[in-house]
Amino acid sequence: MTRLQVAVTGLGVVAPGGVGVKEFWELLTAGRTATRAISRFDASGYRSRIAAECDFDPAQHGLSPQQVRRMDRCAQFAVVAAAEALADSGVSGEAPPERVGVSIGSAVGATISLEREYVVLSDGGARWEVDPRYAIPHLYHHLVPSSVAAEVAWLAGAEGPVALVSTGCTAGLDAVGHGARLVAEGEVDVMVAGASEAPISPITVACFDAIKATSPNNDDPEHASRPFDALRNGFVLGEGAAVLVLESLPHARRRGARIYATIDGYANRCNAYHMTGLRPDGVEMAEAIRLAMAEARMPVDEVDYVNAHGSGTKQNDRHETAAFKRSLGEHAYRTPVSSIKSMVGHSLGAIGSLEVVASVLAIHHDVVPPTANLHNPDPECDLDYVPLVARERRVDAVLSVGSGFGGFQTAMVLRGPAGGGR
Amino acid sequence: MTSAATATPALARGTARAVVTGMSAVTAIGVGLEEYWRNLLDGACGIRPITRFDTTGYPIRVAGEIPDFDSARVPSRLVVQTDRWTHFGLLAGELALADAGVDPAELPEYELSVHTASGSGGNEFGQRELQALWAEGPSRVGVYQSIAWFYAATTGQLSIRHGMKGWSGVLVAEQAGGLDVVAQARRSLAQGSRIVLTGATEAALNPAAFTSQIAGGMLSAAGEYLPFDEAASGFLPGEGGAMFVVESAEHASARAARPYGVVAGHAATFDPAPDTGRPPGLRRAVETALAEAGVAPSDVDVVFADADGRAEADAAEALVLTEVFGPRGVPVTTTKAATGRLVAGSAALDVVTALLAMRDGVIPPVVNVRRPAVDLDLVLDRPRPAALRTALVLARGYPGFNSALVLRAAAPN
Amino acid sequence: MQPTEFTLTDLVEIMRSCAGVDEGVDLDGDIGDTPFAELGYDSLAVLAFQARIQERTGVPMPDDTVAHMPTPNAAVDFVNQQIRAGVR
Repeated sequence: MTRLQVAVTGLGVVAPGGVGVKEFWELLTAGRTATRAISRFDASGYRSRIAAECDFDPAQHGLSPQQVRRMDRCAQFAVVAAAEALADSGVSGEAPPERVGVSIGSAVGATISLEREYVVLSDGGARWEVDPRYAIPHLYHHLVPSSVAAEVAWLAGAEGPVALVSTGCTAGLDAVGHGARLVAEGEVDVMVAGASEAPISPITVACFDAIKATSPNNDDPEHASRPFDALRNGFVLGEGAAVLVLESLPHARRRGARIYATIDGYANRCNAYHMTGLRPDGVEMAEAIRLAMAEARMPVDEVDYVNAHGSGTKQNDRHETAAFKRSLGEHAYRTPVSSIKSMVGHSLGAIGSLEVVASVLAIHHDVVPPTANLHNPDPECDLDYVPLVARERRVDAVLSVGSGFGGFQTAMVLRGPAGGGR
Repeated sequence: MTSAATATPALARGTARAVVTGMSAVTAIGVGLEEYWRNLLDGACGIRPITRFDTTGYPIRVAGEIPDFDSARVPSRLVVQTDRWTHFGLLAGELALADAGVDPAELPEYELSVHTASGSGGNEFGQRELQALWAEGPSRVGVYQSIAWFYAATTGQLSIRHGMKGWSGVLVAEQAGGLDVVAQARRSLAQGSRIVLTGATEAALNPAAFTSQIAGGMLSAAGEYLPFDEAASGFLPGEGGAMFVVESAEHASARAARPYGVVAGHAATFDPAPDTGRPPGLRRAVETALAEAGVAPSDVDVVFADADGRAEADAAEALVLTEVFGPRGVPVTTTKAATGRLVAGSAALDVVTALLAMRDGVIPPVVNVRRPAVDLDLVLDRPRPAALRTALVLARGYPGFNSALVLRAAAPN
Repeated sequence: MQPTEFTLTDLVEIMRSCAGVDEGVDLDGDIGDTPFAELGYDSLAVLAFQARIQERTGVPMPDDTVAHMPTPNAAVDFVNQQIRAGVR
């Protein structure tokens, strides 16, 4: 079976700490954290009152008043990140619309808008039989998160296959993986692929409070996200979006595009164990890694950097540390591993795409972003997690992984462009 | 060069010969494959007054609600931690596996996959938790909100319940997602899966989700779902859907399973932005799917239409069918007038229905439609006997998604 | 009105209503000393019980409470100790 190679030719980001790829990379390489006290709503009365929020003004990024009204914050992020990625790639007009597709990941869609409108319809939760006379005309646009992918498709002028990929917290990786697969199969020439999430709303914060998954480190938000640190106590919710332009390598070369990297392997497995729980052995994530490496035809000792899921829950950090050892063997001890969630929080379905962009930038700049806040290593997590300070080193091959509610385990392998190009 | 001509042949994509070997249906006119099918052929209509909440003050009060759904058919530990949409999915998944004669425990766990589509996730569960939060406070939000409301809940729960550890996923493309997951199932086979549990269910008849559909102006204010009819005034929602088992023809043959039919072609397209003046993508989806299946329009024996029920959308679909198949060139039917529009669930249900129609050589009728407004060969009033070798299933998803799936009868080996 | 005593019957009712019952488990049987995990209740279910117990009795359930509640009887004892100690 012929499979085309998949090139990354454009990047776009909306992240806590700054809008745009440049700001994102500066934050990561400086090891700065963007976690803070929640300002988007009054979070007093909640167990976890901290988050990594984006300072984001849609009008400043070219969205019209009607777009702002129609789109949930999640869709706004997606469109702004996609616009940056499309401009970066210069792909617009280079492929017929029917050969351009969209694959956007999101775990919880238009939660903020749905909750806001629910409060009005129910008059503050007072009635189960909500009052349809108070419904806004765009309510259905929020109810179905397919609208998020549609907004990106309209922006990109895409008329090929379009979908929202919604595999919970691996959606960001899975959406890019889905996009890469369609390009590799020759179903499209260009895929606008990424993910977006805007979950910082009362219902999301409350639901993670209920299962004590988020950090209650309210007095010290800047240092609350502590993956692989012995003092970690849960993840810090984040928000944001990242979008990549993917093209078949021949298509990218033909038009002389800058090639950041190629996506050489992608695999997903499920643990079929528990919706939120992880077994400490990391078997299924290791299996996903093994398959992604096999698809990339890459020997394990070629991996220069592992971009970890690193959510900052004890069970995750131990689970994936075990998975790295199981899949990479001795090489796991020699490879830098880091979690950008220490800086930008955990934006659920979006974070996987932010991590892919971070992985691409690590290749592009030959710099490994650090794990911030890692002062007291967990003795059970004994790999090189690049504490505190970014590290300059040759990065040609990156493994990026994700793990999510529902039991999803995803791995992706990226490589620098053949013959350099950096 | 037309887009159809550029479609990659199925063989090159490693996706040839996916067959469907087990099916189920959960609908307002029947829970369980044969009960649903019998009632559909009998011309039953499941659109009735909504009973799940008090519709006083609502401009529309009818829908394809599943009466007295017996949640005892779902394990009670799972009933409390999942939404009604997932209850339907868990039951439909179990029935489909049983119908296929597959016991997942006997197969390699990494070679079992689940791909579901969802339009709007766990609506009723979510509304209940929102009410707890806003009426009583954040500490009243339950532990299961984090796993019940999100769109991946049904795939995750099915994977856990049946020990399916292979590549699994969730697509959201409103209605069209219910066909797009069939393409994902084929990809899973190409990746080495043996059994893929595929399909979609929906449940959006709680007050908040129902209200959002009213607000969109898509529903029939007259409370009648009459697709392609002169009196067409919008659609009516229903709940439920279908799950089915996809595997390779070789695997089915090796275990002596009898396939209902072959997944022969699929295509997904997206409509251009409203102000571009470019044509919508439904026709291209149809032509690309037929080309991939290696099927000429004249080979198609029946079309399961999108059947939106709004005059403009009906006319657009009728135009595509006329352009591709010629005037009254193919029998056209829909299940939605009987079950309500199930979003992704309807697309999955239409896959199941098309395969049942092939099995029994009969096209189910469109209920309630009396005066067609379009010049199509609509199957009305009563089932129409016909030798069916090839069926086309269409789904358009809000806002702008188009998918087409070509199914063929399983060739006797 | 907050109850002065929390019983196994109260807890079983909570278990049944907020987490359901696993196939093959009889909550009317002698289950007081059977670990929650063996009764088919995972950590999420136990968190759900805690939230409901707090609602019902007013006894606060801080994050480390789960360690005091490996079995139904241990949970009932813990709650009653807290009630007697006036912690609510």
